[in-house]
Amino acid sequence: MSDKDTICAVSTPPGEGGIGIIRISGRDAVRIAGTIFRPRRGGDLQSSASHTIHYGHVIDPCTAETIDEVLVSVMRAPATYTREDVVEINCHGGVVPLWRTIGLLIQAGARQAEAGEFTKRAFLNGRIDLAQAEAVIDIIRAKTELSQRSANEQLLGGLSRDISGLMERILRIITCIDAALDFPDEDIEMPSGESLEEGISSIIRGIDGLLSGYIYGSVLREGVAAAIVGRTNVGKSSLLNALLRQNRAIVTEIPGTTRDVIEEFINISGIPLKILDTAGIRHTHDMAEIEGVKRSLAVIESADIVLIVMDGSQALTPEDYKVIDKAKGKTAIGVINKSDLPKMTGSFEWPKIQMEVSCLTGAGLDLLKQKLVELMKKGAVPPGEHAWAVNRRHKTILEQSKANLERALSNVKNCLSPEFISEDLRGAMSSLGLITGTTYTEDILDRIFSTFCIGK
Amino acid sequence: MSPNITSHTRYNYPNQYDVIVIGAGHAGCEAALASARMGCKTLIATLNLDSIGQMSCNPAIGGLAKSHIVREIDALGGEMAKNIDKTAIQYRMLNTKRGPAVWSLRAQADRKAYQQSMKFVLETSENLDMIQAEIIDFVVAKGENAPYKIIGVQTRTGLVIQSKCVVVTTGTFMNGLIHIGPTQLAGGRIAEPASIGLSDALRRLGLGLGRLKTGTPPRINGQGIEYDKVTEQPPDEHKEFFSYSTEDVNQPQVPCYVTYTNKNTHKIIHDNLNRAPLYTGQIKSVGPRYCPSIEVKIVKFADKDRHQIFIEPEGLHTTEMYLNGLATSLPQDVQIAMLRTIPGLAKAHIVKFGYAIEYDFVFPTQLYPYLEAKQIENLFLAGQINGTTGYEEAAGQGIMAGINAVLKIRREAPFILDRAQAYIGVLIDDLVTKGTEEPYRMFTSLAEYRLLLRQDNADMRLASFGHKFGLISDRQMRLLEEKKQQIESLIMLLQTTRHQEKTCAELLKRPEIRLSHLPEALFADYGPDVLRAVEMQVKYEGYIQRDVLRARKLKKLENKSIPTTFDYNQVYGLKREAAEKLKNIKPVSLGQASRISGISPCDISLILAHLERK
Repeated sequence: MSDKDTICAVSTPPGEGGIGIIRISGRDAVRIAGTIFRPRRGGDLQSSASHTIHYGHVIDPCTAETIDEVLVSVMRAPATYTREDVVEINCHGGVVPLWRTIGLLIQAGARQAEAGEFTKRAFLNGRIDLAQAEAVIDIIRAKTELSQRSANEQLLGGLSRDISGLMERILRIITCIDAALDFPDEDIEMPSGESLEEGISSIIRGIDGLLSGYIYGSVLREGVAAAIVGRTNVGKSSLLNALLRQNRAIVTEIPGTTRDVIEEFINISGIPLKILDTAGIRHTHDMAEIEGVKRSLAVIESADIVLIVMDGSQALTPEDYKVIDKAKGKTAIGVINKSDLPKMTGSFEWPKIQMEVSCLTGAGLDLLKQKLVELMKKGAVPPGEHAWAVNRRHKTILEQSKANLERALSNVKNCLSPEFISEDLRGAMSSLGLITGTTYTEDILDRIFSTFCIGK
Repeated sequence: MSPNITSHTRYNYPNQYDVIVIGAGHAGCEAALASARMGCKTLIATLNLDSIGQMSCNPAIGGLAKSHIVREIDALGGEMAKNIDKTAIQYRMLNTKRGPAVWSLRAQADRKAYQQSMKFVLETSENLDMIQAEIIDFVVAKGENAPYKIIGVQTRTGLVIQSKCVVVTTGTFMNGLIHIGPTQLAGGRIAEPASIGLSDALRRLGLGLGRLKTGTPPRINGQGIEYDKVTEQPPDEHKEFFSYSTEDVNQPQVPCYVTYTNKNTHKIIHDNLNRAPLYTGQIKSVGPRYCPSIEVKIVKFADKDRHQIFIEPEGLHTTEMYLNGLATSLPQDVQIAMLRTIPGLAKAHIVKFGYAIEYDFVFPTQLYPYLEAKQIENLFLAGQINGTTGYEEAAGQGIMAGINAVLKIRREAPFILDRAQAYIGVLIDDLVTKGTEEPYRMFTSLAEYRLLLRQDNADMRLASFGHKFGLISDRQMRLLEEKKQQIESLIMLLQTTRHQEKTCAELLKRPEIRLSHLPEALFADYGPDVLRAVEMQVKYEGYIQRDVLRARKLKKLENKSIPTTFDYNQVYGLKREAAEKLKNIKPVSLGQASRISGISPCDISLILAHLERK
């Protein structure tokens, strides 16, 4: 109902084409866009006339890093889709800069739009006439119901179950605190600092577990992670370079990944493919073969699709088999490189999908990509444990909840009065409740009465 | 005219009133006083003029969350806080180890003095008449926006009294049934008759009624207490009072005492459960979970080998003592036997036996948030009849019902407090939006804005409303302005005074520093409420700001009002079950609608869309 917020969202469907449009609507749309946009010609977005287009760059205001080259349209109220100030940013860089730009806009004060929210505003602001109104409501309704349905699926699937579990644990702590607060005459002991610390820390760990699922969930929506593995000198780097050569590549450093693993995105038929690549391959000659295998093992774990690269011109070695062995259970493609040379590998049973390529001549690469797309589209990607499809909204909520919990934790350490800790925990609860759609106020009293001997 | 007249002869009472209040308990007194003080010609009718403002249960006012309500009543211009300050014989501030938001004042009252003092206030009040009479029926006409409209009441003895509005505050008296062991007596309180007939009258007007249960402990003659076997609980030395206008209290202050039950007590109770009305099926309705009978505690918490009992004085001119914690409806011989086992009480003589009482209540979801019945125009309900328990909860509703009855007569907008403004707001919103299945008592954990709703700032939250209604004097408002200025100037002082290289405000933000750790000279001139408010505002600034932001969001939804005649069938896309619920509750705002169980954010969007389209 926060209809005065400025909202933003990617308004083009993910897929084919490098261009994505971000739409921002609301009172502060121009100001917020202005904070991250540097026009090529200089000047200031805020002073620009309505319905004008500006060329320039999206800049991270904190680091001054250039995120993307963009075209920005400024459209002032009321002659816009929502009848509010609207800014549209045409990004060219593909999925990653698109999302980073969204992230910057949120940092600058915009809020991620709910499904159908632009349309809803257009309606509420009278942009759409009476005849269209009911159709619009149908849209709002349908979208909400759709999201409810998928929420229910997640309930069965696991995210909600995990979140309910976390909420239950938070509720238990609130119950103990509030019982002692509300019944000072009843011999109820306030939980000790240590027990609070322990309880809250373990909930934070739980949230961290779910947050790690975000990377996975985002991959499901925004692309798939593929690992290129294999023993040294089979042509892993050549394969990577061959794939990159024909496609736009965005190299990103993602904090928290293994230091030796590089993540690169390539765009295959509009779907982003994240390639997990062991950096070590660039100086394999310095390394023992065993180290190469070890690195491969680490990335296999985090990949959805494993490309096991083998040297087709040689017989398979024990190291090759070790890699194959470790990748078992994953969706894997055996990439037999050096198809320009006579094939010496002989036959092997797994992976069943085997593709012969030559990174040197480029032969077979198109077929390989086709196969990758096929696998990605099939969704032949089994989710790992706790790796529920945590979407961007969930992620924001989980982070909010975590921030509340961390504040609670530091307040416990600082011996702040427990009603503040309870307040933090309630904040954490209501955030999580946004995912499962549950509230809890009455629960606290019910818990107190069922847990403690109360009564004078 | 009234459909059911039980008296053969009717007399038209010569006086006509703006407001008639039925019942002179804690809700009734506040309702009548508010109405009279707002200038309406008011009549308060009660079964017994000598038990005005009676405390049916323990002789104490306040406690957790309840003290907040008492101060809110005071801030609105009610009487409860002033009256307890006149008659309190012990004050204790609870939870002082915690932060200011959960500090709560509690006072033991001299029960008789409290009643007499309240009676005197009513007697000397302008525009207020009193009458001892049992009201058994309503005089109704066809309503404009509801099936009925109240135009008067009728007493058992045939008096018909006309009025524009009626406030019903009958407490536990409607069809009250008292249980002491297997014995069952009709009664509204021990030794007082029940009110028979009013329930049926309300039913005839279309209201649904349920039944609840509550109970009290035995009372003893304090002469028999062995004081060396109990622990004394002395009054606080630094007295703080309920009313913002109380400057000092002169009556003597006396201690309470604490003792415990033990295994022998529990064995006696256990051996006699087959005679306990709560376990034989004799009592059918639900009692409050936070105030269980001793027999329930022993069954439910079998692992506890003792339970606390507070021995509370009933007054300065009596030796009667109230055994808080020992509520029971066990047979009289069992009550005597169990007392024999309790240290300090073994030789004490029971003067009044404990009992349970079942009574009728009106499902409060049939009321608007301004406490008017949806079915019956100009009929307001307040207090225990709405399913609450506690003097403070009753009084809080009473003053709101009184104010709203007057506003109704004046055709002004109703007065509703939201959940971020007052505990009274939380209380009434919970009642009318969600209803209750047990006697409803206030707790701080029920308030989403606990840090904002403090007893130190009730005046700053609410006095301007009281002033607007003429219940708070200009002088009181000036004092409040002074208090606000003191708070501001002290905050300023803390921000500008340096101590150990930092400003005092910065120091105070450190977790380990309390206001009392700062140089005393800074705040020696300020009262405790000012200090508490300042500490809260400076030290916990982040929390306060977050809550203020949340409250602002709440306000947006509360301000989107929905006409009571709104046709939910017209809302395109609204599910039938949702529409049914909404038609039933008739929420006055989108905020209230959003709190109805089973109403989704999507339903709210649809209603909003519909409202905005007009």
